[in-house]
Amino acid sequence: MAEEANGLRRTALHATHRAHRAKMVDFGGWDMPVEYSGLIAEHMAVRTGVGLFDVSHMGDIQFRGPGSLAAVQRLCMNDASKLATGQAHYSAMLYPDGCFVDDVVVHKLSDNDYLIVINAGTRDKDVQWVRQTVGHMPSIHISDYSEMYTQLAIQGPRAEATLQKLTDTDLSAIKNYWFTWGKVCGIYNVMIARTGYTGEDGFEIYIPSDEPTSTRVWGEVLQAGAEFGILPCGLGARNTLRLEAAMALYGHEISETINVFEAGLGRYAKLDKGMDFVGREALKKIQDAGGPTRKLVGLEMIERGIGRDGYPVHTVAGEKIGAITSGSPAPFLKKNIALAYVPVQYAGIDEVVAVEIRGQLVKAKVVSTPFYKRPKKTA
Amino acid sequence: MAYPASYKYTKEHEWIAVEGASGTVGITDYAQGSLGDIVFVDLPKVGDALEAGKTFGSVESVKAVSDLYSPVTGTVTAVNEELKDKPEKINDDANNTWLLKLDLKDASELGALLNAADYEKFVSEETGH
Repeated sequence: MAEEANGLRRTALHATHRAHRAKMVDFGGWDMPVEYSGLIAEHMAVRTGVGLFDVSHMGDIQFRGPGSLAAVQRLCMNDASKLATGQAHYSAMLYPDGCFVDDVVVHKLSDNDYLIVINAGTRDKDVQWVRQTVGHMPSIHISDYSEMYTQLAIQGPRAEATLQKLTDTDLSAIKNYWFTWGKVCGIYNVMIARTGYTGEDGFEIYIPSDEPTSTRVWGEVLQAGAEFGILPCGLGARNTLRLEAAMALYGHEISETINVFEAGLGRYAKLDKGMDFVGREALKKIQDAGGPTRKLVGLEMIERGIGRDGYPVHTVAGEKIGAITSGSPAPFLKKNIALAYVPVQYAGIDEVVAVEIRGQLVKAKVVSTPFYKRPKKTA
Repeated sequence: MAYPASYKYTKEHEWIAVEGASGTVGITDYAQGSLGDIVFVDLPKVGDALEAGKTFGSVESVKAVSDLYSPVTGTVTAVNEELKDKPEKINDDANNTWLLKLDLKDASELGALLNAADYEKFVSEETGH
């Protein structure tokens, strides 16, 4: 993928985004669309119809060989031995202190073949970390395939109906967090995964990253979704969608200074999986000590105001106790919501706290997360 | 016409329309476009004193907060209460959606503001288009 004069990296769809007058933004060193027709419209399209995202800036690392499972087990906190071929799960790579290198999705391609999808802003660091941590392990071949794929996310209740028009693979047979390979837009062996980062049903497809193919598939998906009101979506809507679903974003809810239990992701850390993964010992210690002292909570503003990334959180009496990691108006819920770290004694549901908004203390209350949960399928 | 010729403009993207000693203030079409969907407007109260070049409130889109700067010095005489519930009106028509009205203290301050042509040039230089 090319680099432009201002040093920002571009995906294969960069010219398409520019041509469609998307508003562009520097995201972790990538020149990416932040919005097309408008953030709220795009957000609502995904909640009620379907939306299309270019997420090619995400990275992909593949492990092959008889040692690949052992390497993934050493690197990632979830138990990859539980995965069946064609199944994926949420996981994370940790430092020895139990804090995050990155959160990842691990895909089991076959018995000796795993693909982990990593974040854009951490790509170079992740690849280095992987080589340094498991590169010496036997019978394993590690490949950085980040440049090989254009990754498109088709998300929303009409995502299946949209993508089904472009493939003869029976999409209804793919369960949540499973994947398969099929012919999409005439391209053979496209990985089709029922995954996403919006809190909505949807798919992520991995197509060859050459510009003509990427542009063609992008166009065909938009055409297929036209009857459902599909909208091309930017990272702005992607952020508000994942925030409503209370999904972590690296550099915000998770980072090199936040550990797994603080982030509320302990359920994905399999301490007893029988493999001493990096960070396990530290997590065990935190657990034995009675758990973390601060916790990630959901906040809903009670008084008029919008809590945003980095705004301090106080007690109602005015003592500073923490900070917001992500905060925004929630376009679907029509509330002002935030995720924030506070000491555990303030983390109870309905606890009232105060967010400092440009010098003013504005009341908010702790609510359960996710803020938004998609309705169960009725049909 | 994106920027009415009868208005004066600040480099912080506010417009002011003046009639006698009374001014009406809004944000420019460029400002609403770069903010995106506006969801929140924080305005002063009637009777508040504003000072030229100083912040008097903010507009927020889903993504961003932007401070508002007063084009002139004066006293607030009216605030557009409709924006509390319908801030998106600014996106629909920034040129005709006012934020507040004020009594000007010193009309000569208007001389420091940009006219429509200069503002348009300023915006095009700022965006590099």
